[in-house]
Amino acid sequence: MKQRRSTFILSMLCFGLAFLYVPMILLIIYSFNYSKLVPVWGGFSTRWYTVLFESEEMWAALGLSLRIALVNATFAMILGTLAGIALVRFGRFRGRTLFSGLITAPLVMPEVITGLSLLLFFIALSHLFGWPQRGFTTITIAHITFSLAYVAVIIQSRLSGMGTDLEDAAQDLGARPLRVMFDITLPLLAPGMIAGWLLAFTLSLDDLIIASFVSGPGSNTLPMLIYSRVKVGLRPDINALATIMIVMVTIGVLLACWLMIRQKHLLDRDANTK
Amino acid sequence: MPQQTDYSYRPWLDADAEPFIKLRGISKKFDEFTAVDNVDLDIYKGELFSLLGGSGCGKTTLLRMLAGFETPSSGTIYIDGVDMTEVPPYARPINMMFQSYALFPHMTVEQNVAYGLKRDKIPKDEIKRRVEEILSMVELSDFVKRKPHQLSGGQRQRVALARALVKQPKVLLLDEPLGALDKRLREQTQFELINIQDQLGVTFVVVTHDQEEAMTLSTRMAMMDAGKFQQIGEPTEVYEYPESRLVANFIGSANMFEGRVTQSDVGHVVVTSKELDVEFYTNHPMSIIEGTKVWVAVRPEKITLSKTSLDASTNQLKGVVVDIGYHGKTSTYRIRINNDQIIEVSVPSQKRPRGERHSIDWDEEIYLNWDQSSAVVLMK
Repeated sequence: MKQRRSTFILSMLCFGLAFLYVPMILLIIYSFNYSKLVPVWGGFSTRWYTVLFESEEMWAALGLSLRIALVNATFAMILGTLAGIALVRFGRFRGRTLFSGLITAPLVMPEVITGLSLLLFFIALSHLFGWPQRGFTTITIAHITFSLAYVAVIIQSRLSGMGTDLEDAAQDLGARPLRVMFDITLPLLAPGMIAGWLLAFTLSLDDLIIASFVSGPGSNTLPMLIYSRVKVGLRPDINALATIMIVMVTIGVLLACWLMIRQKHLLDRDANTK
Repeated sequence: MPQQTDYSYRPWLDADAEPFIKLRGISKKFDEFTAVDNVDLDIYKGELFSLLGGSGCGKTTLLRMLAGFETPSSGTIYIDGVDMTEVPPYARPINMMFQSYALFPHMTVEQNVAYGLKRDKIPKDEIKRRVEEILSMVELSDFVKRKPHQLSGGQRQRVALARALVKQPKVLLLDEPLGALDKRLREQTQFELINIQDQLGVTFVVVTHDQEEAMTLSTRMAMMDAGKFQQIGEPTEVYEYPESRLVANFIGSANMFEGRVTQSDVGHVVVTSKELDVEFYTNHPMSIIEGTKVWVAVRPEKITLSKTSLDASTNQLKGVVVDIGYHGKTSTYRIRINNDQIIEVSVPSQKRPRGERHSIDWDEEIYLNWDQSSAVVLMK
């Protein structure tokens, strides 16, 4: 009986995992297909990677995506950390609930709505001030608004798990509040901040919808390039590009997870061996 | 208590002595909840003062106000004659040892201990010397390069103590200092704490919920409940002469008999319990108006058991043994008296019982006696 139940559970698990990951594995396999026709296997080759790397359009899109992701991740990390600290450490200041709601709203807001509203906002701004030009700047700002929320949530949970004893102890030993922040709070938050940075980086690299709304002429991000090409027809070099993106995102997410788990272990270990 | 003319060991008996820590009218409210309620307290230099009470009694809030982490809603805190009420924690001549120890996990033992000295801009070689000195005092010289998670519970406790003491504070606050240690280590550490305090002469204020710990450590202790002090005094005073039923029950245990005063002379009172149909003769320093409702409290170890009735000049009750708890060095007898009240009696295991397991056995009829100087009369 027990045996049968465990094989049932195991097969369900395999089915679930297959459902999630077989398409991606197929895509990776077909990116090494020699044939020009996507669904027909014509032998192993890396020719589409060569085609891809020779495409100037692709390099431009990748460059833009990476630049946006880098700037976005850095700003999101700084702003998100500050927001998280404010939410956990500043007590019940006036409007705290509203602030907390505003920070986390982008997590649940439909992307189409976020994209559309940001587009209208940027158009209004450029009418009034002639700034910003739609492109790199607008996409980056749009990405920061939602990635910040993820970082804030990570930092918030870390901080409330930490308690205030360590910061109190530092103050008790003569450290002024700013000193406490740099000596104690930030070093202890560092793994969380890096995890947040990586998460923000991959979120930005992934985003298609919001970027499509707020981008301008000639500023295609990598997901936008893929999407526009696929609309015309399946091409094998897109498989290669998608494979590269999967690898990059996977590395980013794994790193972020590893950092978060490691910090949780550190905190648990301190709590257990008290 | 014999009166001493030399007050150096017991400055609280000297009316002219100036307290080192003075709390005047201290209250702390969190929204509707009053954690500390209009409290006055004097603590003298070199004391080891314990704040004792159940959880939520306000003892930790009081300690945090001394450290500066909480600002009193009203009242003033003086330390060494200076008003410290509004001074932030980093500027107070006070250090605290946290219940969680709060060792910085990303720093080594050495860095943890040196942290406070570095904040004071003390020259490097002096920091090094003082850190070495204090770490050798707590016997941790071999562990300087370790991180906190590589230490045992007892070692962490000593790092926390060293870190708080290395700045040579005027007052050291200790929040449940031994709470996280196991029993054997706790007893050993208690005496180490007393020795260190003796050597350095720093004033200690300890928060604890453990009454035995408080009695072992303290020069004086304050029992707190619902944000107020119930009684402040030396351990023997609080244990032997509790002022209320609450104190008598929290510090040790006590058997209570309710009754009314039927006779009161200088030095003793007679309390009659209608329910039990007995009179209790108890020494009491002041006279009490006849008819007042009072409680006679007797500690379990102050009652003797005998199989035969003694002469009636002592306080005597009759009962049946319902339960025996054998602890090794003592046994606790639970005895039911005629109003169904259960009386606890603690009997030292002075002689080994011959033949039977216990010299007095289950369901045996027994007489309980105590001396008139052993009980106390409580009015609240």
